[in-house]
Amino acid sequence: MGEVKSSNKGKQSTIDYAKIDQMESFNAFVKKKNTLLFTIAGCFLTFYIFLPILAFTTVLQQKWVGDITGVWFYSATLFIMTVTLAVVYSKLAPKFDAQAAAVLAEYEKDGAKS
Amino acid sequence: MNLVSAGFFLAIVGLTLVVTYIASKRTSSASDFYTAGGGLKGWQNGFAIAGDYLSAAAFLGVSGAIALTGFDGFFFSVGYVVANLVLLYIIAEPMRNLGKYTLADMLTARFNEKRVRGVAATGTIIIVILYMIAQLVGAGALIKLLFGIEYWIAVLIVGVMMTTYVLFGGMTATSWVQIIKAALLLFGTTMLAFLVFQKFDFNLMNMFSTIATDHGEEYLIPGQKYTSSIDSVSMMMALVLGTSGLPHILMRFFTVKDAKTARASINWTTWITAIFFSLTIFLGFGAMHFVGFDQIIAENAAGNTAAPLLAEFLGGDVMLSFICAVAFATILAVVSGLVLTGASAISHDIYGEIIMNGKLTEKQQVLAARTGSISIAIISIILALFAQSLNVSFLVSFAFCIGASANLPVILYTIYWKKFNSNGAVASMVTGLVSCLVLGALGPNVWSPIEGKAIFVGEPLLGLAVPAIITIPLGFFAGWIVSIMTASKVDQKAAAETYKEIRVKANTGVSVSDVSH
Repeated sequence: MGEVKSSNKGKQSTIDYAKIDQMESFNAFVKKKNTLLFTIAGCFLTFYIFLPILAFTTVLQQKWVGDITGVWFYSATLFIMTVTLAVVYSKLAPKFDAQAAAVLAEYEKDGAKS
Repeated sequence: MNLVSAGFFLAIVGLTLVVTYIASKRTSSASDFYTAGGGLKGWQNGFAIAGDYLSAAAFLGVSGAIALTGFDGFFFSVGYVVANLVLLYIIAEPMRNLGKYTLADMLTARFNEKRVRGVAATGTIIIVILYMIAQLVGAGALIKLLFGIEYWIAVLIVGVMMTTYVLFGGMTATSWVQIIKAALLLFGTTMLAFLVFQKFDFNLMNMFSTIATDHGEEYLIPGQKYTSSIDSVSMMMALVLGTSGLPHILMRFFTVKDAKTARASINWTTWITAIFFSLTIFLGFGAMHFVGFDQIIAENAAGNTAAPLLAEFLGGDVMLSFICAVAFATILAVVSGLVLTGASAISHDIYGEIIMNGKLTEKQQVLAARTGSISIAIISIILALFAQSLNVSFLVSFAFCIGASANLPVILYTIYWKKFNSNGAVASMVTGLVSCLVLGALGPNVWSPIEGKAIFVGEPLLGLAVPAIITIPLGFFAGWIVSIMTASKVDQKAAAETYKEIRVKANTGVSVSDVSH
């Protein structure tokens, strides 16, 4: 299962997944990527789930500006957070793509040597 | 039905049929049928996901809920929007890198066992049918109300339309119906919101003050529907996590060529849904203030006609007709996506891969897909006809609950956990699914002492309307404990080798076209 024939980009080649999985650069890339993404996900999910919890407290039930209560401001912040994080991800992702491409380039280079 | 209504109605039907005709010329292989050949662009798939996601429950249901309950209705808007981030950050790219046509394909990329595929396909079919019954019953009631035709005829019209799109145009036609619908819905809601805001002199403070003064300050805080944190937390968990487990949403990631385009798709969807759900405040408050609680309730107890009634108030018959046509397009787009997803589970997973061991020619696969589409459509139509008198709108939140409890744990474990095994996968999916169905059946959506409020008369054994707060941890726990307990029964070396492949593919996208089935 470790070696699988690939037709990626029209080229017939053999990919040694086990070898890539053992590469230091690959593991560093995956660790960095997953740590960042899961940290951000943990933060936005925590912030999100506090809405239905705080919504029943006086903090968010009181009027903040005019007749607009805190729950609306908290909700608006969640909307802004969502589109902001979507933009953040679109900036982060090309860097991950470049790192993944570098890992594969390193694998191909090493493969060519061996 | 007046001439204007008929004109809008026929324009939508005509446009979607033309799209289906064009799409049918491009649908010859199984890949074309299930995934539009993987050739959609990011913006196209983004609009199509939004078209799939913004169901009648979102458009008519949320605006009606805000009109009747104020902030409690807006909880849904927040949940639907933030859910995009879970898809974007954790699910979309690995899903695209590992899958082929269905959720089961993605799971069997790691656990190539028929029982894993079978349970995943069963879960998909159950979610699709629950979601579809709610959509068809809602569609039947809405069309009956708007056009004055019998419920069963209305359900049959929607049923025939959805089957036609899928049968002849497959995913290409379905996607374009969803794209057209999303654009129309966004345009219609923006127009309504603009007209409402104009009535409040484009002053947000004025709008909130008017609602507080004329209708009561209690509409600006939660408490009209949800009286405790735990009930609303449970519902919000189902919304934010369930979206990433809905098979008809997940299937859309296979309609693009790579992870980069899948990511672009969700970015588009995020913006579209954020704009749309922001506008639901204007629709809800507009209906509350200009149409009035009594008239909304008189037309539909759940408030589902609040948006059309608001349109009538703001723009007369023309606006009403346009919004009704948009609502009709909304229903058609969502049910078409559901038919296609259900068909993929029946034809590709169960018939093609389990019964025929994947040994079907291209022609046989397409035939099976079309037969599956007809089967799922017939089952759903029959169930919807029997469910006419039942209050089934809660089935949509149930579908989210199953998605979050049965599908999300197994997706995350498959991608990210090395020690996960096929026993854990089956246990996780079965536990999530069964606990949702059992606890849901004991809850207040099924049992109520007030006649007509739920399906049966009686005291509910469980107070939670959506049991996600219990079932999601159960789904994760079952997958974890069973994987740990059965670790010794699994060939560790082979499992580790497979996971290496999954890990490399999920993170680099290498060999997307080479997922072995």
